[in-house]
Parts: sequence; C-alpha cells; structure tokens
Amino acid sequence: MPDQAEKSLYQKHIPIVTRSVKGQFRTFKTAVMLLAYSVYFLLPWMPWARVSAASQAILFDLTTRRFFIFNLIVYPQDIFWLAMLLFIAAALLFFVTGLVGRAWCGYFCFQTLWSDMFIQIEHLIQGERPARLRLKNQNWNLEKILKIGASHALMILVSMWTAITFACYFSYAPTFVYHFFNGTGVAGGYFAVLVLTLLTYMAGGVAREQICLYACPYARFQSVMYEADTLAVTYDAKRGEGMKGRTIPIQGLKTQDERTLAGHGDCIDCGFCVQVCPTGIDIRNGLQYQCISCGLCIDACDNIMDSVGYPRGLIRYDSERNMASEVPEPPRVIWKRFKVIGYAVALLLMTGLLFYNIGTRSDTEVSVQQVRQPLYVMLSNGSLRNRYLIHIVNKTESDQIYTIDVDGISPRSLDMRFFKAVSIKAGKGLSVNASVNLSAEDASKVREFNFLITQASTQKVIKVETNFNSPREHD
Amino acid sequence: MSQDNKKVTVETTGHVWDDDLQELNNPLPRWWIWGFYITFGFALVYWLFYPAWPIGNTYTKGIPGLNNVTYVATKVDGTQETKTTHWNMRSKLMVEMNDLQAEQKPYVDKVASKSFEDVAKDPELMQFVNSAGKTLFATNCVPCHQAGGQGKVKFAPNLTDDYWQYGGTYENIQTTIVGGRHGVMPAFKTILNDAELTQVSNYVLSLSGEPHNADAAKLGDAIFHGDKAGCYACHGVDAKGNIAIGSANLTDKVWLWPDVLGAKTPEAKLNEVKTLIYGGMDKGVMPVWETRLKPEQIKLLTVYVHDSLGGGK
Repeated sequence: MPDQAEKSLYQKHIPIVTRSVKGQFRTFKTAVMLLAYSVYFLLPWMPWARVSAASQAILFDLTTRRFFIFNLIVYPQDIFWLAMLLFIAAALLFFVTGLVGRAWCGYFCFQTLWSDMFIQIEHLIQGERPARLRLKNQNWNLEKILKIGASHALMILVSMWTAITFACYFSYAPTFVYHFFNGTGVAGGYFAVLVLTLLTYMAGGVAREQICLYACPYARFQSVMYEADTLAVTYDAKRGEGMKGRTIPIQGLKTQDERTLAGHGDCIDCGFCVQVCPTGIDIRNGLQYQCISCGLCIDACDNIMDSVGYPRGLIRYDSERNMASEVPEPPRVIWKRFKVIGYAVALLLMTGLLFYNIGTRSDTEVSVQQVRQPLYVMLSNGSLRNRYLIHIVNKTESDQIYTIDVDGISPRSLDMRFFKAVSIKAGKGLSVNASVNLSAEDASKVREFNFLITQASTQKVIKVETNFNSPREHD
Repeated sequence: MSQDNKKVTVETTGHVWDDDLQELNNPLPRWWIWGFYITFGFALVYWLFYPAWPIGNTYTKGIPGLNNVTYVATKVDGTQETKTTHWNMRSKLMVEMNDLQAEQKPYVDKVASKSFEDVAKDPELMQFVNSAGKTLFATNCVPCHQAGGQGKVKFAPNLTDDYWQYGGTYENIQTTIVGGRHGVMPAFKTILNDAELTQVSNYVLSLSGEPHNADAAKLGDAIFHGDKAGCYACHGVDAKGNIAIGSANLTDKVWLWPDVLGAKTPEAKLNEVKTLIYGGMDKGVMPVWETRLKPEQIKLLTVYVHDSLGGGK
C-alpha cells in the first residue's frame, strides 16, 4: 500500500509528442488557423485614410486615448462598449458550447492555434512522431542539438513576430517596425515585445496543453454548459468494445463479422486516437476535462476504420443522450432547448444593443458643470449670476467650431467672454467658462434652462439641461 | 483515489494530550520556504540601496553614491540649488515636482509673455489658467476669500461679483495682488451723536433702495455732504466710492462690512450700518504678494481672478 504522505503532490510534466493526421477536422483546423493568422498578422498593415492620426485601419492609440477601428473612433468614455462586447463574447461562448461543446478550445483559441503552429514546426524540422520520439530519447549529439535548436529558434522567431504584430496594433506599424529594428524604438516597445515573445514561446512552445489543463479557467467551467443533448467528441463504447472489449486484429479477428461472433468490438486498439491527441488523453475513457474537442481523434479513427474496411464514426460528435439510448439516431444538432435559446436571445439582444449604441453615437460630447462655490453671485445692480464650466469633446476627424447659446432664457443673459464660438482640434476636448446673469425678477422664475451647443459645419445642435440657482423664499 | 482506508503517517511534534490528541508537524511547502529565503536576499540588497536601519538619531543610508537622487530646489530667497542626496521619499517627491514644473513651464511662459487680453482670448491657455490658477488660489487666497472666491461678509470681499473696491481691470487686480491693500474707515463716534448716526445710516440705506426712514435720510443726506462728517470726501459726492482709495460704493447691492443683506429686519439693517459708522473699520487688509509669489504666478492669478472667477471688468 503506497504511503499517501510520501507521494508527491506535484505532477511532473509528461511531454506529449503528437502524430500528424489527415481528415476533415484537421482540414478545418488548418483553414481556421490560416484565416486567423491572416487577419491577425496582416490587419495592422491595412492602410486607412485618417486626418488626425496615423493612416492605419486598426490603431489603438494610447497616447491620445483613442481607438481607431476603421471608421469608428472609440473614446475612453465609450468603455461600456467593451463591457457589452465582453458580454457578447461570453454569451457566444455559452451558446456554442451548449450546442457543440468546446468548439472555441478546439478550433479558435489562440493557445490552440499557436500550440498547433509550434507542433507543426517540430514536425517540419524533426519529422513524424517516431522520429521525434527517437530524437528525444537519444543522447545529445550534433543532430539533436541542430534539430531541437532549430525548431526552438523558429518558434521564438514566430513568437517574436507575434509580439511585434501585437505592438503594431498600438502604434503606426511601418514606423514601429522600422524603429524597432533600427534600434531607435521606444523602451516600452522593446519591453512589450520582449514580454510577449517570452509569453508566446512559453505558452505555445513549452507549456502547451498545460495551459489548458492547469491555467485556463474556461476549460474548467465550460463543462457546466454541457447538457445531455450537447454534441461532444465521443467514443462509441458499445460498438467499440462489444461484449469482450477491444482487441487487436489478430488472425481470425480481422473482419467485422468474425469480431462480432467472437464478442469483440470494432476498436482494434491501434492507439492512433491517443497518439494524435494534443492533450495526451485517451478518448475511449469517456468525456474528460482535458479534452479540448479538436476532433483530431475522429480523423485518426476514421482513417483506421477506412483502412480496415469498417464503417466510420467509431469516434464521432454525438450527444450523451443519444449514446445512452437503445437505438441511437444519427447525431444531429438539437437546439430547441431552454438554455440554448436563452443564450441566443441574450446574444441577439446585446448585439443589437451594441450596434444601436454605436450607430447612434454623437460626434460631439458636451457636459455642463455648474460652479457650486458659490451657488450664485449677487451683482452690484441686484441681479444674479450663475457660472458654468462647459466641456466639449470633438470626436470627429477634423477641427470643428462650436457656438454656444442658451434656450429658455434671454440670449443676452449669457456671457461667454471671448468664447461664444470656439474651435476645437480633432479628437480633443476643451473646457470654457460661461456665466449667466439674470435680473432678480427673472431669476425667481427660472429654475432650469438649456445650453445649446451647435457644431458649425453640420448645424447639429446638442441640448444640455442645467439649473439656475438663486435665493428662494424658503431659504 | 479514496484515502478512507489508508493509514496516514505524518510526523508529529511528539506532544500528546488526552491520550490520543497529537500535534502534527506538516513541513512548509518547498516553494514557500524558497520564497522565504529569497526575501532574505532581497533585504540584503535593499539595505545597500535604500535607507534602512535606524541607529540612534540617524540611520543607514545605503552604500554612498550607489543610489543617489538629484533635484533642483528653490531656496527661500528664490535662488535655485541643485542637490544630490541618498535615496529618500522627499528627494523623490522633489524630482517629481521638478518634472511637473518642467511640463508646466511652456504654459507658464506663454502666460507671462502674452498680454492679459491675449491670455483670456486663448481657449487652451484659459484651460491652463483655470486649473493652475485654481491651485495657486487654493494655496494662497482661499483662507480669506474662501474656496470659490466668494469671500465672506465682514472679512474679505467677494471676487466673483462685478463690484471692485480697488477696480476690476487686469491692471487693478494685478496692483492689488502685488502691493496688497489696507482699507480703513475712521470711527465717527466722537464726531456724530446718536441721532446724527441714525440719520446718516438711513441715508446710506436709502442709496441702494434698502428700507429706511425717508425723513431721517433727508437729514442724513445733509450730514453726508456736510463738512462736519465729510463722508463725501472719501465716498464721493454721488456716494459711488473711489477705487483709488478703496472707498465703498454705497449705491449698489453689494455690502462687505455691514451685513445689510444678511439682516432680516429694517432695524437690524440700520443697526449694521450705524455700528460700522460709529466704530469705523480697520480690517480691510490684503497682504503684499510681491514678495511671496513670482511675477508670472501673480499674472496667472490675475487672469484667474478676472476671468475664471468671472467678475473682472
């Protein structure tokens, strides 16, 4: 009996060396990777005509605190769009996971994409799984140093370009890259690239599936979104094991009929599904939290089934309920479920709200702050003065002139000094002082009035309600 | 993985109570121990760079010259001095202040080089005046003129209204800040008797439409313009005051020394004015700022008072 106290709680990493495989899921994964990499690596280089910032389609300009996304300019005060976006992302994740399991993990997650890329680099330089295993177990010699060194060097290069691309989203890409390699870049740029290179290399090149197993919270909580009808990568144990379990196709157990007679299932125990698994699990043990549902074991098994002439689908996307039923139907997506429809409704609502909000955004932002110390000023002729600080933000791409008027009180009572009309640079804000003087008689009647801020070029008017304070009878 | 039936043998401290109650000795995790040792090393390095150990009235300052901080300090007499010391919080603060001052300098220089009107016409400079002026005002002026510049009756004038005892132009305000002011009104208790004081007080109240006794005010008018009291000498024949000597305009709604607006009844208002004339006033003191603020600070404050507080003329 092993002593529990002596047993280490630390799980030493068992390196996973995967076999490559061909099939529909592998093709899909490759297509997603190509698309995602094209978007990620090329997007910062897309030009876009701009007046007040660098001509780049996507530019997260931290110094002027503006995010340029094509023709949309996001200001810090639009932060709630981010909250909505995060909500949409969460609802989308829930929705998809409820339908087809961890599709995000298997095909779209950047951890999966970069790990996949780095495994393919190893495959390219060191060869197929047996060659890689042999290389791993042999003593260090020139061949091992060259091959391992070259694959890690290539991984670091890819990581570095990943990091540089990331930094390019925050700076004008051509100048950033030029200054970066010229040695004249800013320290923050080098630091960001260094940190991101290391993180990418560590996560994709070294830690790999351990990120999914130990670090990633989504991996753990996505299991609560699974329902009995959720499609998951599943091994058909009934068919595979038969009465007496799986066995290798020895003489007399080669055809399906022979095996059925002998009581053995269709699984020929080739272990291919385990060899291709990027998280190193055996799918035949059932659904496990390690499974990122990438479908590579399906491809592997289908290939084997084809070669031995059995029907495909021993490992397939299927639901727990269908697997448990006496007469399984062909697997299909069952979406008429309370949770799935709920997620879809939340998703649609929030997406609609976000688009509505972005669509109806204003080019000008105005806030009027009343000077409250003192609340009002008694002037020498007995009239009353209130003062205001008007803050106008020009969110357009060009310099704009704004005129300030009042509505609800006589226009003559507004005193803007020299700032009746102010010019504000593109993307900038400006605060101007305003004072409003009302005779004691008018002041007793007016409690509220409006400031009207007119953008000269479009004649668009923004109305801001405000108060006029004066001594009241009850004071 | 069930541990139910497995006997767990853990090292104990050897202490046993009540026959079988033992104290287990679970060693700390290795990562924790190493983290702990690393803090020792960190502390040793820290002592070389930063002030650490108190020794009597002094303390260790780290290896001399290893972690110095250099800053520019302005001395009381206005001269600047570059200082280098061992690392400490105050010197770090000074470095930050130096940086901020350098950042402000272009704006301060612009204010200093432009005319008052040009500063007031430049929206971006006015933004600077609003914020920098607010700080200057809060540091130097608020104790008397209050947080919003609204002043306090019987103490300091309101800077947000349109009435200026010493004039409300940029130049007037600058002169006031530079040289200070001292407003005085003589006491009339030996010159006027009680009835005369009541009469002249009624006249003063009548000038700004406050409740008063018209007959008494008529008699007060004669006293005001007569040579016995000679009120007109300072307040002017039209009672509108004189900005050259800071005598108050008695015909407007603004009251500084007698709290006429605060008094609820006509008798109280009369009493306020009468008390002031009886006893005089010698509290209208504004200190000299020339010696405490730099010219560009005074200029900035002038524009702030004139335009940001909004009462300038």
